[in-house]
Amino acid sequence: MADQTLPIAGSLDVTPQRLSRAQVLEWLHGWVVTVDHKRLGILYVVYGIIFLLVAGAEAMAIRIQLAWPGMHFLSPELYNEMFTMHGTTMVFLVGMTILFGFANYLVPLMIGARDMAFPRLNAFSFWMTAFGGLLIYYSFIGGFGLYGMGAAPDVGWWAYAPLTARAFSPGHATDYWALALIVAGFGTLGTAINIIATALSMRCRGMSLLRMPLFVWLMLVTSALTLITITPLTAAQIMLLIDRYLGGHFFDTQAGGSAVVWMHFFWIFGHPEVYVLVMPAFGIANEIIPVFSRKAIFGYPAMVAASVGIAFVSMGVWAHHMFTVGMTSVGNAFFVLSTMLVGIPTGIKIFNWVATIWGGKIRFATPMLFCLGFLFQFLIAGLTGIMLSVAPWNWQLHNSYFVIAHFHYVLVGAIVFNIFAGIYYWYPKVTGRMLSETLGKWHFWLFLIGFHITFDTMHFVGFLGMPRSIYTYEPDRGWNHLNFIISIGGMIQGIAVLIFAWNLVQSYFRGRKAGNDPWDAWTLEWSTPSPPPAYNFATDPVVHSRRPLWDLKHPEDPDWKYEA
Amino acid sequence: MREHGARAIRLVSLPLLCFAAVSAAPIAWADGPQSSPSIFAPASTPASSIQDLSWFVLAITGGIFVTVGGLLAWAIFRYRARKTDDDSEPAQIYGSTQVELAWTVIPILIVVVLFLTTARIIFAIQDAPKPQVALDVTVVGHQFWWEFRYPKLGIVTANELHVPVSSALEPRPTFLHLLSADVDHSFWVPQLAGKTDLIPNHPNDMWIDPRHTGLYVGQCAQFCGVEHAKMLLRVYVDTPEEFDTWVKQQRQPGMQDSSVAAGRHIFETEACTNCHTIAGTAATGTFGPNLTHLESRATIAAGAALNTTENLHAWIQDPDHFKPGALMPAMQLSGEQIDELVAYLTTLH
Amino acid sequence: MSAIPISPVAEPWRLPSRGRVAMLALITGESAIFTIFVVAYIFYIGKSLTGPTPLQVLDIPWFNTICLLSSSVSILIAERQIERGKMRGFMMWWALTIALGMIFIGGTAVEWHKLIYVDGLTIRTNLFGTTFYSLVGLHATHVVVGLIGLSLILIFTLTGHVKEQHSERIQVFALYWHFVDAVWVVVFTVVYIVGR
Ligand code: HEA
Ligand code: HEA
Ligand code: HEC
Ligand code: CUA
Ligand SMILES: [Cu+2]
Repeated sequence: MADQTLPIAGSLDVTPQRLSRAQVLEWLHGWVVTVDHKRLGILYVVYGIIFLLVAGAEAMAIRIQLAWPGMHFLSPELYNEMFTMHGTTMVFLVGMTILFGFANYLVPLMIGARDMAFPRLNAFSFWMTAFGGLLIYYSFIGGFGLYGMGAAPDVGWWAYAPLTARAFSPGHATDYWALALIVAGFGTLGTAINIIATALSMRCRGMSLLRMPLFVWLMLVTSALTLITITPLTAAQIMLLIDRYLGGHFFDTQAGGSAVVWMHFFWIFGHPEVYVLVMPAFGIANEIIPVFSRKAIFGYPAMVAASVGIAFVSMGVWAHHMFTVGMTSVGNAFFVLSTMLVGIPTGIKIFNWVATIWGGKIRFATPMLFCLGFLFQFLIAGLTGIMLSVAPWNWQLHNSYFVIAHFHYVLVGAIVFNIFAGIYYWYPKVTGRMLSETLGKWHFWLFLIGFHITFDTMHFVGFLGMPRSIYTYEPDRGWNHLNFIISIGGMIQGIAVLIFAWNLVQSYFRGRKAGNDPWDAWTLEWSTPSPPPAYNFATDPVVHSRRPLWDLKHPEDPDWKYEA
Repeated sequence: MREHGARAIRLVSLPLLCFAAVSAAPIAWADGPQSSPSIFAPASTPASSIQDLSWFVLAITGGIFVTVGGLLAWAIFRYRARKTDDDSEPAQIYGSTQVELAWTVIPILIVVVLFLTTARIIFAIQDAPKPQVALDVTVVGHQFWWEFRYPKLGIVTANELHVPVSSALEPRPTFLHLLSADVDHSFWVPQLAGKTDLIPNHPNDMWIDPRHTGLYVGQCAQFCGVEHAKMLLRVYVDTPEEFDTWVKQQRQPGMQDSSVAAGRHIFETEACTNCHTIAGTAATGTFGPNLTHLESRATIAAGAALNTTENLHAWIQDPDHFKPGALMPAMQLSGEQIDELVAYLTTLH
Repeated sequence: MSAIPISPVAEPWRLPSRGRVAMLALITGESAIFTIFVVAYIFYIGKSLTGPTPLQVLDIPWFNTICLLSSSVSILIAERQIERGKMRGFMMWWALTIALGMIFIGGTAVEWHKLIYVDGLTIRTNLFGTTFYSLVGLHATHVVVGLIGLSLILIFTLTGHVKEQHSERIQVFALYWHFVDAVWVVVFTVVYIVGR
């Protein structure tokens, strides 16, 4: 991640030397005060991966506790803290940070800009998010405040009122939850604004909106969606804090307040939030699948339209998380329909990906393997989503392990898979070295197998009536063996992730040198050296099509002839 | 019934598991579901119409999966790069409006079908009229136990619900009115009906009409605090005669047995009365379960333990033993006192 | 990138101002926050279990409202002035905007003082108190933030740091103030007209 441009021949001193204290401090200082979008992108991703390990370890604790009925690995309180922190961390500190990290690193490079629109806002946003993460984890130490030590939030990531009221959640754990997410939320808001301004106002010459790489489009749509989804959560959490600190009654059912209103507010945030997470992941797939199929993306305008469509529809479906709270039958029917409608633009995406592969010459490098896994898993996850949206069936499936299976299929099977794909794909650009393909294959296959053992099986314990959020279960319900299998799968995933972490570290030092364009790709970032210099492009690029490097490599048959 | 459930699950596994046969094994291996509350073993109208609907939806989504997944798998196999390939790029295809249109319209049609079928079942279950003969029960969710009131019969009990069986000839559905005393809970007995939440300040209703007698288990399905996991539910579906006997017995005041007067005295002088009611005595608390007919229940503490003398003893000595975090305090009584208390409690038939 | 073939058609290249885009994005986000608070307010109208009710204690703040809304006009004139390079005029109209905003905040302070000390309505009294102080307070917070920004710009103008070429940025900031005024129309309607 050197900041200098290409080294001048002979000027490199290759003799290993020890860094002095001052040099280390200066290096650290450089990272802390940086406003470079690439360094901030790296910070985001590294930060996210660290939290992936933390939240993954929490998942392991959950799985050990549930491996057998009547286990005493975790106390009930600790179990509840574990799943709350696992969910909250994964969503806000892993998914959001890694994906926004990708955006930070890639959006300016892909549109031929030298930095984000507001570099200092960018740094501010990152540190807000980082601080939010530290704050929520500090609750493990400070949660009880003066009453004693050690309590994290234990109210679930949806934190339903009135369980979060002072009466039912004394101490400060819930306050940390709300405060930390408000802080991190402002960071996210800043980044979203920044990405929108960058994508709209910083494009290089010739990069019209309909020539932007799909990743940039997806980030633009995601950021726009973020503006109106993170903010309702912030508003609701301010209300929660008003209740808890100032004695307000928003969600105080004793004083006429409503618990259902909290649910609405939370899911008005929570549902679009899952698309905020999945759309950048789509963006990654949109970049990788064409390159490894050696074909242009099929139906670019339809892909753009579908993304915008998903964003719009996703704002009107939130109450499919609330089919059991006793809405009117008409209300239920409405949300069934709106939810199912999301399947249509999403289907368009899936079909376009299949069509992109169709007729190609598929190279099975690790990034592509993860993307292919994503395609299958997302198809299944989407279909289980449709099952959940069938309100009467949802009355059975709601809050059962079937739901847990559905959303891990998307969150892990789609998003984490694509995050891995993206890391394998862009790591060479970022560090100048390739990740080990051998370790990559081990990582992929182990993770795939572990994933399916864990999350396929979860559907069935769900059918057998196992509810979520329980720290233990009765031995006579027929869930014992299945849970044991789920736990084994979890461990296999854990091993795979450890291999991945090891690959990241060792390839940084020993990986094969990558060169500018190791995958023979087509977007602008591959025209820069790896790692790119501080100002990205020596001269401002000019583009004429969606695949500027294709034009460059095939001057006899450039893209702009065919793009309408 | 059980056979049916097991077969159902094996069927379901088909479309879902093509990609990962790894997981098919555990289904066959699932330990004998003696009392597995499977949603595919319905015993009441709402649960079985949901099951029928779910087969329909599974068939459609399964079809979509097989088609799309099949195409995808075929494409990956057919268009893999081969050793023999030269390094020319394949033909570049940028899109096609007709194809795009086709795969927009077909899903729209599927969605219409799915929606109409779903809507019909929603209205059928949710807006079903309440017949005259229906039994009314008010369910109140508490952290971490259930209170059942039969307003027309004057019965208050806890954790174990008794309802009469309902048949086509003699329909006797039970309508549940759902309330909460503190936080959100959810009433879920998979074989009888889908779940409905119990939300403070937001009363809900649901109904069941069990067609077979027997015991149906379920549990609270909305996270409600520390012991959410042990807020279990037991529904006894009785024959009409059994049910009438049960009702008669529940309407008696608490048993008065002079041989256990010592235990009763302890109960009435320690704080027990603040939280528990025993009809016909000075105990009128409502924070905890009604104990008037404690011995008519098979379990204590919302299914956390069997109702035996030893368990009662252990429970009163330290409720955290079975249910760490339960809202009943350990009362710091001596062993003899507890023995006498238990002796008294076990007379409460 | 010199190797990329020269464009067959030289297209003119114009992009929207990033400041304006960012401010509009911020306003979109803020609107969502206000929407949630407004929805909560409307939902809880008439749901308080105890008094006082809005009708008993709320007076319609016509004067305040007129002041705040006219500040939108005065800031518009200020924008025009700086665009044409008339710095003195800009300064005057800008100062007037601040004054009008101050009057509004002062009016709110008086209103709250009365509500708290005369009518005994605090944020914990009942649902009306909770939702009223939250919504009006949220808006007032935005007015205060706006006033701080306005005053900083005034100070910079007085010290000669703001010049004609900054008119674009001034306009971007003014967007925020227009937004705060527009939100008041909604808050005013909901709290003092519909809710009373
Ligand atoms: C990134 C995350 C993500 C994504 C993308 C989705 C996508 C979808 N989700 Fe999921 N969902 C979650 C994350 C996600 N979900 C989470 C985290 C929860 C639980 C939260 C909690 O309670 O803690 C949840 C819960 C959840 C519920 C509530 C369950 C409950 O608690 O009772 C429902 C119910 O309708 C649902 C439905 C859907 C649907 C219909 C889609 C659709 O978008 C899927 C669309 C895709 C397809 C349909 C497949 C491809 C389409 C075709 C091949 C075309 C042909 C198909 C048709 C015509 C049907 N989801
Ligand atoms: C991006 C989001 C994301 C991701 C990636 C995951 C990943 C995993 N999740 Fe997560 N999960 C959620 C989001 C996510 N989850 C959410 C939102 C909830 C709901 C929370 C709530 O209800 O409030 C939830 C809830 C949830 C539950 C339900 C808890 C309950 O309701 O009681 C379970 C149970 O098995 C579970 C398991 C797992 C497992 C096994 C993984 C695995 O894929 C994890 C794999 C990763 C690792 C294993 C880390 C790497 C390894 C190490 C750190 C070394 C240690 C390793 C070993 C000891 C082997 N999750
Ligand atoms: C502070 C209130 C409180 C006091 C005092 C109290 N209990 Fe309880 N009791 C409860 C609650 C709450 C439960 C339900 C716990 C659960 O299932 O989570 C309960 C459950 C029980 C049960 C099991 C009932 C059932 O049907 O599941 C018994 C038996 C019992 N208590 C006996 C006693 C006795 C004996 C005393 C006095 C020595 C006593 N309790 C004092 C609150 C109290
Ligand atoms: Cu009651 Cu969970
Ligand atoms: Cu959703």
